[in-house]
Amino acid sequence: MENTSSREAILAKVRRNKPGATAMPDIDFLEKNVNGSLAKLSAMLDTIGGKLFQVNDWTEIVSTIRAQHPGDGTIYSPIPEVQHITGQINQDEFDGHNLANVEVGIVKAHFAVTENGAVWVTDDQLGNRALPFICQHLAAVIGEDDILPTLHEAYTRSAGHQYQYGAFIAGASKTADIEQSLVLGAHGPRSMMVFVLGKGEAL
Amino acid sequence: MEKHDKDHAELSEVFNKDEDRVNWHDETLWWVRAKRDKAVNQLPEWETLRDLASQIKHNVLGSLDIYLEQFEKNALANGVHVHWATDAEEHNKIVYQLLTEKSINRMVKSKSMLTEECGLNDYLAEHGIEVIDSDLGERIVQLAKEHPSHIVLPCIHKKKEEIGELFHEHLGTPAGVSDPQFLTETARQHLREVFLTRRAALTGVNFAIAETGEFVVCTNEGNADMGAHLADIHIASMGIEKLIPERKHLGVFLRLLTRSATGQPITTYSSHFKSPAEGKEMHIILVDNGRTTQLGREDFRNSLKCIRCGACMNTCPVYRRSGGHSYQNAIAGPIGSILAPNLDMEAHADLPFASTLCGSCSNVCPVKINIHEQLYKWRQVIVQSGKAPAGKKMTMKAMDITLSSPGAYRFAGKAGRLALKFIPFAVNNNLNPWYKHREMPEPPAQSFREWYRSNRNSK
Repeated sequence: MENTSSREAILAKVRRNKPGATAMPDIDFLEKNVNGSLAKLSAMLDTIGGKLFQVNDWTEIVSTIRAQHPGDGTIYSPIPEVQHITGQINQDEFDGHNLANVEVGIVKAHFAVTENGAVWVTDDQLGNRALPFICQHLAAVIGEDDILPTLHEAYTRSAGHQYQYGAFIAGASKTADIEQSLVLGAHGPRSMMVFVLGKGEAL
Repeated sequence: MEKHDKDHAELSEVFNKDEDRVNWHDETLWWVRAKRDKAVNQLPEWETLRDLASQIKHNVLGSLDIYLEQFEKNALANGVHVHWATDAEEHNKIVYQLLTEKSINRMVKSKSMLTEECGLNDYLAEHGIEVIDSDLGERIVQLAKEHPSHIVLPCIHKKKEEIGELFHEHLGTPAGVSDPQFLTETARQHLREVFLTRRAALTGVNFAIAETGEFVVCTNEGNADMGAHLADIHIASMGIEKLIPERKHLGVFLRLLTRSATGQPITTYSSHFKSPAEGKEMHIILVDNGRTTQLGREDFRNSLKCIRCGACMNTCPVYRRSGGHSYQNAIAGPIGSILAPNLDMEAHADLPFASTLCGSCSNVCPVKINIHEQLYKWRQVIVQSGKAPAGKKMTMKAMDITLSSPGAYRFAGKAGRLALKFIPFAVNNNLNPWYKHREMPEPPAQSFREWYRSNRNSK
C-alpha cells in the first residue's frame, strides 16, 4: 500500500524547488497576560447560538437544563457528578451511534475563550468523541478561573494537555448555505449552554 | 485536462443575462465582505497577524521537506497511517483501495476542495462507490449535479427557490417550499441517517502540525466530526502546503481564517485530530498534484500560502459579477486564477485575464499573497508562451503595431474619433465588449497633438 517512490519523489522535488530557508517569526508577544472577561464571553456567546449561566453547583446545572429543555428527553453526560443526579445508565462508550437520541449532552471543558466564545474540550472529557456533535443541545462546564482572552493564551494553556482528539466548540452548529440565511442546528447541536461553576464546587 | 469550449468572458456573459440575479450575487458577496471588515476592524493587531501568518508560511515553504518528514514521523507515532500521492489519480486510487480493502461501497465526505481538484467523486462513482457530500452547500450542488461555485459558500449561485425544487425532487419536501430553516432541517434529518450508516468518512484538512502530527478541520455545521466520529475509518486528504510548524501557530491562523471568510470570530468547530479512537482507523493522504512545481516558480510560489478563506472572491468585482462556475476550476476567483495555470496553463489561459488588477484581493488576503501581481505576471507568461486566448492575441498584436509606430497611432486616433462621431454603430454594437452596460463619452474634436499644433501656430 505505502508507495515509497511517491514519497521520495515528492520530497526530492520539494528539496529541488523550495526557496531559501527563512527565520521563524516570534509570536509569543501576542499573548496578553490577563484573564478573559466573563461579561464579554457571555455577550459573545449570545451572538453565536450560545448562552452563559453562572451556577453554584452541579444540581443547579441539571435543574437549569431541565428548565431550558422541558420534556423527557435524555440527558447524557460522562461526568460522574451529573450521572449521580440524572441517574442514567451507562452508555457503551465505544459506540457513538448509541448517543443518537441524546437530547442534551453535558461535558466538562478545560476553558473558554472570550474573543470567540469557544470552549476547549478533549477526548478524555467526552466519553465518546461523537457526543458533543450528535446531541440535540450541548452544555459545557468550566470553572470561574477558566476564561482566557484569545486563542494565543488558549494554545499556551493547552500545550501540556495529553489528548488524542481535541476541539474548540463555539456555540450552536450552524449554516448559512441557503441564501446566506443563518440557521442554527445544521448537523450538530441546535444550542449551546456554557456553565461557569462557582469556586465552591470542584470541577 | 481538456481545453474548455467557452472561456471565462463568454461564460460571464451567460451569467450576466439575468441582471437581477447578477446584482443579487454581487450584493450578497459584498455583504459577506462587509462582515469580514467589521470583524477585522475589532482587532488592532490584525495587520500584525497577517504579517506573521505570511512569514510563518514563508518559513514553511523554505523548509517544507523537513516539516513533511517531521509531520509524518509524529503522525505515525500517533497511530495514523500516512500516504503520499504525487497526483490526483494516485490520491483517488489510494482512497479507492482503502475502501475496497474493507469492502466499503458508501462514503460520507465533508468539504474538501482538494477532492474537487482531484475529481474524487466522479472517480469513485465510476468504480461503484457512492459518495455523499455532507456540507449543506455541497450536498445542494451535488443534488443539482453541479460543482461548488465558491470554496466557502458552495451554492452561493443558487436561489432558495431552486434549492426548494431540488429538495422536493430528491428529499420529498412539499413543492414550492423554500424557507431556509425548513430546508436545512430536512437536510439535517436526511444527512443524520447518512452519518449513522456510513462506515467510512473523508474530510479535508485546514492545517497540519509538524510538531505534533495532528491535523485541524474547521466546520460550522459539525459535518466533518459527525462523519469522522461515527465511521470506522477516517480518511483525511491534504495538500502538502497545509503544514504549519508548531501548534501555537494555530493561534495566528485560526484567528485569521474565519474572520476573513465570513466575519465570524471562529468556526463553530475547530477539531484537532491526533490519534484514532479505540478500534478505529485514521489515514492521511499527503497530495502534491503540482504543488512542488509551483514551489519552484519564484513569482508564483507564494500562492501556496493560501488558507482557503475565500476573502479574495468575496471582494473581487469580477468574481462577484461573473459567478464561480465561469472560472471552470475547482477553485474560482482571484486565488483560483493564479493556482489553475500552474496545473494546466493552456486550459486555464483565460483566468489571469479575468481580473481588473484592482488589487482588492491582495489587500484582504490574510496571508498577504500578492494575488493581483501574480495575475499580471501569469498574463506575461501566458502571452510569451503563445497560449493567450486567440482574441486577446489578435488585439495585442494590433496594439503592438499601432503603439510602436507614431504614424499608425495618429491615424488610429483620428479614425476612432471620426468613427465615434459619424458611424457610432460601427463600434457601439454587440461585437465590442467595451460597450456592454455602458455608454462611451463624446469623442473630442481633435487630439492633444492637433490642439497643441493649432494653438502654437495661432500665437
